[in-house]
Amino acid sequence: MTRRQPIATGSDWNFEILDAFEREIARLADEYRLDTYPNQIEVITTEQMMDAYASVGMPVGYHHWSFGKQFLAVEQAYRRGQMGLAYELVINSDPCIAYLMEENTLMMQVLVMAHACYGHNSFFKGNYLFRTWTDASSIVDYLVFARKYIGECEERHGVEAVEQLLDACHALQNYGVDRYKRPSPISAAEESRRQAEREAHLQAQVNMLWRTIPGPLREDALPGLVDQEDPLGLHEGGRYPPEPQENLLYFIEKNAPLLAPWQREVVRIVRKLAQYFYPQRQTQVMNEGWACFWHYTLMNRLYEEGLVDEGLMLEFLQSHTSVVQQPAFDSPYFSGINPYALGFAIFTDLKRICEAPTQEDREWFPDTAGSDWRETLEFAMRNFKDESFIQQFLSPKVMRDLKLFMVVDDDQEEMLEVAAIHDERGYRRIRDSLATQYALAVREPNIQVYAADIRGDRSLTLRHVQDGRRPLARSVYPVIRHLHQLWGFPVRLESVENDEVVRRYHWPLAEEERRE
Amino acid sequence: MTYFIDRRANAKHKSAVNRQRFLDRYRTHIKRSVEEAVNRRSITDMERGEKVSIPARDISEPVFQHGPGGKRAIVAPGNKEFVEGDRLRRPGGGGGGDGAGEGGASNQGEGMDEFAFSLSREEFLDFVFDGLELPHLERKNLVDLDEVRQVRAGVSRDGTPARINIVRSMREAQARRIAMRAPIRRALREAQAALAEEERKDPVLRNPARIAELKAEVERLEKRLEAVPFIDTYDLRYNNLIDQPQPSSKAVMFCVMDVSGSMTQAHKDIAKRFFLLLYLFLERNYEKVELVFVRHHTAAKEVDEEEFFYSRETGGTIVSSALTLVDEIIEARYPAGQWNLYVAQASDGDNWDDDSVACRKLLVERLMPRLQYFTYVEITPHAHQALWEEYERVEAEYDTRFAMRQIVEAGDIYPVFRELFKRRVAF
Repeated sequence: MTRRQPIATGSDWNFEILDAFEREIARLADEYRLDTYPNQIEVITTEQMMDAYASVGMPVGYHHWSFGKQFLAVEQAYRRGQMGLAYELVINSDPCIAYLMEENTLMMQVLVMAHACYGHNSFFKGNYLFRTWTDASSIVDYLVFARKYIGECEERHGVEAVEQLLDACHALQNYGVDRYKRPSPISAAEESRRQAEREAHLQAQVNMLWRTIPGPLREDALPGLVDQEDPLGLHEGGRYPPEPQENLLYFIEKNAPLLAPWQREVVRIVRKLAQYFYPQRQTQVMNEGWACFWHYTLMNRLYEEGLVDEGLMLEFLQSHTSVVQQPAFDSPYFSGINPYALGFAIFTDLKRICEAPTQEDREWFPDTAGSDWRETLEFAMRNFKDESFIQQFLSPKVMRDLKLFMVVDDDQEEMLEVAAIHDERGYRRIRDSLATQYALAVREPNIQVYAADIRGDRSLTLRHVQDGRRPLARSVYPVIRHLHQLWGFPVRLESVENDEVVRRYHWPLAEEERRE
Repeated sequence: MTYFIDRRANAKHKSAVNRQRFLDRYRTHIKRSVEEAVNRRSITDMERGEKVSIPARDISEPVFQHGPGGKRAIVAPGNKEFVEGDRLRRPGGGGGGDGAGEGGASNQGEGMDEFAFSLSREEFLDFVFDGLELPHLERKNLVDLDEVRQVRAGVSRDGTPARINIVRSMREAQARRIAMRAPIRRALREAQAALAEEERKDPVLRNPARIAELKAEVERLEKRLEAVPFIDTYDLRYNNLIDQPQPSSKAVMFCVMDVSGSMTQAHKDIAKRFFLLLYLFLERNYEKVELVFVRHHTAAKEVDEEEFFYSRETGGTIVSSALTLVDEIIEARYPAGQWNLYVAQASDGDNWDDDSVACRKLLVERLMPRLQYFTYVEITPHAHQALWEEYERVEAEYDTRFAMRQIVEAGDIYPVFRELFKRRVAF
């Protein structure tokens, strides 16, 4: 064992100590070939942390009451002691901004640096979803642009008008992404430069789309004659849009007939920000698991090299185990599967499979067992999202360790049924089911724009593709009311299962429905 | 590459705007809570914030979600005794095993129905006093030193070295240097030109005396140029401070209460709340508020707060004794020119018949001319007596500065208080 010479002992810290630790962690991370953005580590107070929380960690954000509500909720929970503030908050930007709280002990600061500045940071830089959907170098600039633009709108059109618009957009923000198309990168400079141009262009597009309506088709509006002005054949009959559109906000931005240009721009801002958070919603298990794996690895290396003492290490282990703990389903502390625990277990086990594979591992992971662990983990981190990651790498051992079991809840049956447990017969089904559970398409109802009646009453029809007879929650009414505000004409929503419409919703409601 | 930034000194309250937006949006909800709190709270309790709950459904941000029902599979950890094919009873509520943590159903159970948060003391009181404005906030311009504040007012030529304005002083100095050097420079240039011309002449034609003279002149001018001081006392400029009279920021509030046998503890509690609201209100409008407690039955006495509210007395009632005492205290300690004077009186309306007329006289002649405001609350469910009638005559005379109301039970206080102090149109 090397000579023990800790950088610092006790729980107090100062900037020199942090700097020394940071250099050591950076050196070790480099040894493991972790590829990261430069780090910008900001030391902040508790109150600033609560502010950061309330704005979902964004360093700047536009004003909206919902962030105020968030703030009050955080503050209340924190004051009552129900919740410790998370010990880390890290922003996917370049440089990668991580917050250290002033009140943290030295151990916490070191842990956060390992976890956030090297764990999350390398995930942001490496994972394909983040690479595809976010542009770390421009997000902060874009946020500044968004805040400024919305501030100007408030001045020009009144706080209330902007607030209502944002309410409506927020209700739809989970439907603001083209899941199968790579987005164009967002850039603040570009946005500003092209914004005026786009306003004019958008309006022109919309005008053309709605040009001949709501009047009936005229004789001279037959296809051949309007070819010049209608190259897309939008007025030639058939459904518009010809293919269902899953990006509701994009569809609204481009097609809502009555929105003013500034309103379209606001819709766009909400959509762009939703897009920025899109990868995070799909990689929670992986992202946290990856960060936990690395803080655990790096902290242990620091200890092995004698750079931290036993006291700090014990404090770390105590904290680490509580983070990656998974309470059982019948525990009072149970609140779903802990993504930290699941992710950490899978990555740790993946390393074990590479280094010390058992016969079972060789059967289940013939390609992975015995391979170079660092390369395998890097591959897993880069090329998967939660759904596919679990499908690919959840091993029987992890299922046994967590004692996973699968229950089928069918409202037509009186009892729940245990469909599979962690045994030979159940592994694959549990794995499939858990992976599905993390698929965004399953977590959120699948709703797409089906038709806009551009020749008739201008109503908008959405289709909800229902699966397993799972209906929409009652919140559907307020949401389509918001959608109606944006669209400006009646909105219908049909739930379809097996090509059959099983339920219809619409807004505005008829008189007698209102009274109910 | 890593760098650390210490942001601790940066602004806190980044969320202040959003917080305020939220409070504005749910103003009606919050106001209801606040009004309930004002009626419910005990007096010593008013100086803190309030917890407000809003039904969660009123402030939810709706999104499309799965509702309860249908068929779905859930993976959960911690299996102990289940084997494949076991059948289980549904846990109540049905949300328990939702692994994805989406909480899709609204039947998640308790804890989610109310959104609770705390108003700070300031916010709480803001809501209490929302829309109110003290009548006649005539701020008195006083000349005494306490009421003067020094404010910056440009620059001046004299002052103490501590207040020197360096930028302005240097600018003055430069201007002076330019101004003083210009004529010297011009003379110097002329002398040099003349000298050069003289020296260019044919040696035979040169006038040595003239050259010597010009050389001396050049030298003299150069010396003078150098002698122009870089900075002079004349250049110095000082930040100027002037005394600005401040509006009076002092108020004194007289709490006058009948403690005769007919006033029960319940009456006093009601009175207490009224005084407290008035006090809080004044406290927000004046930097300094003093309280004087005067209680009376047949004789009046100045007492401390504890005794004022909690000691018991019996006997008859002579209201004028208290008003006389207030008048004396004002004479002795609170000259009207320096203090904003407020009187709040609470009584059950009993008084000796002859005395009510005396009260009116005292008010009209002695007190009202000096007071900012006089409020009278009568805590009784019964018909009014002589005192009320006499006071009505005072009110007729001083209708903008005299207010009286009847209170029957605790819940009436706040509306009465609001009405007494509701924003009055300036006349």
